[in-house]
Amino acid sequence: MTITEQIAALVGQISNRPAPVTEDESLFEAGYLDSFTLTDLVGELERAFHIRIPDADLNPRRFDTLARISAYVEKTRRVNHAGQS
Amino acid sequence: MPSILAFGRYLPPRVVGNDELAARLGCDAAWILQVSGIEERRVADGESVVTLGVQAARACLGQTSVPVGLVLVSSGTGEKRFPGPAAAIAMQLGLRGIPAIDIPIASAGSLFALVLASSLAATYGNILVVATEKMSAAASMEKNTAILFGDGAGACLVSPGPGALQILASVLHSDGEGTEALHLPLDGPVQMNGFAVIRHASAKLPAVITEALFKAGIPVRAVRAFLMHQANQNLIDRVARAIDVPAAAFYSNIRHYGNTSSASMLIAAAEWFPEAGLGPGEIVCFAAFGAGFHWGALVARAQ
Repeated sequence: MTITEQIAALVGQISNRPAPVTEDESLFEAGYLDSFTLTDLVGELERAFHIRIPDADLNPRRFDTLARISAYVEKTRRVNHAGQS
Repeated sequence: MPSILAFGRYLPPRVVGNDELAARLGCDAAWILQVSGIEERRVADGESVVTLGVQAARACLGQTSVPVGLVLVSSGTGEKRFPGPAAAIAMQLGLRGIPAIDIPIASAGSLFALVLASSLAATYGNILVVATEKMSAAASMEKNTAILFGDGAGACLVSPGPGALQILASVLHSDGEGTEALHLPLDGPVQMNGFAVIRHASAKLPAVITEALFKAGIPVRAVRAFLMHQANQNLIDRVARAIDVPAAAFYSNIRHYGNTSSASMLIAAAEWFPEAGLGPGEIVCFAAFGAGFHWGALVARAQ
């Protein structure tokens, strides 16, 4: 399973809907995410990918699409892991 | 054990509905209700945090005739950098000469003042707690923030002896990591990272309620009512789910007043208490979270 597929599964689970399939669809406009479910998703991303997402990064633009979330997770993993080595 | 003798509240008469606000902000009135649970709020025209606080205090003090030994006033929206409104409120109440202390904590300020009063009552006697906010003066034109707030004031009187609600236990916490997430700069308006606030409030409120109830030796299911800072209906519902109690156990008036910051918890208490018909032994839990971050909870038992 790719990172994007894992994220899509988490979004589906949190929103209680079938997982989104379009990578560039706005998850907020499509009703998958709102202010509250985004915070749930952030917690799930931290657990699933062993990353730390700081409050300053909680910008809806950063989490608006599967593609953006995936890029953010990959970048954060690299930064977190580089910090640990 | 200290107790709460009475509550009071004051809401300014001008009502601003979602239609009026939506037109000003260029958004949809239905969207405001959907994302916040707020239908209308009160706005203070020509009133200050002092006059709002005095009105709430009078409503509270009018129910008793006990002497007051200390005044504690929470407000995050005082008109002056200093002094805060405490001394002016005390003076207008005819309480000149007794100590009057400002607690400049928004959101959770009334809870912090109430907990401090419960500790200080043995020394100062009856303590008047006032929470007064004019959030309209700090209003943002950013729609996600501007839709949330309203003006108003609440008050309560804490006694060192027996009273309507005996205070059993309380817990306070602060963490400066949240300083930037919700703040009011000197030149305004309110700045809020709503996602960060929700993230922390959703976790810390259930935890602190559980902590205070454990300290009091009270199971969560034994609580008759939760009186929480009225920040957002969705947040109130989320906290109820997290501690596994029906949402109806959380009193809510946010639909009519919006988020009146530190005043909201005492406004809610003053509105709820006379109608609640509390029987002896019934448990009430107060809780708040907000700017700072500051958060806490207090457990009381009806006498």
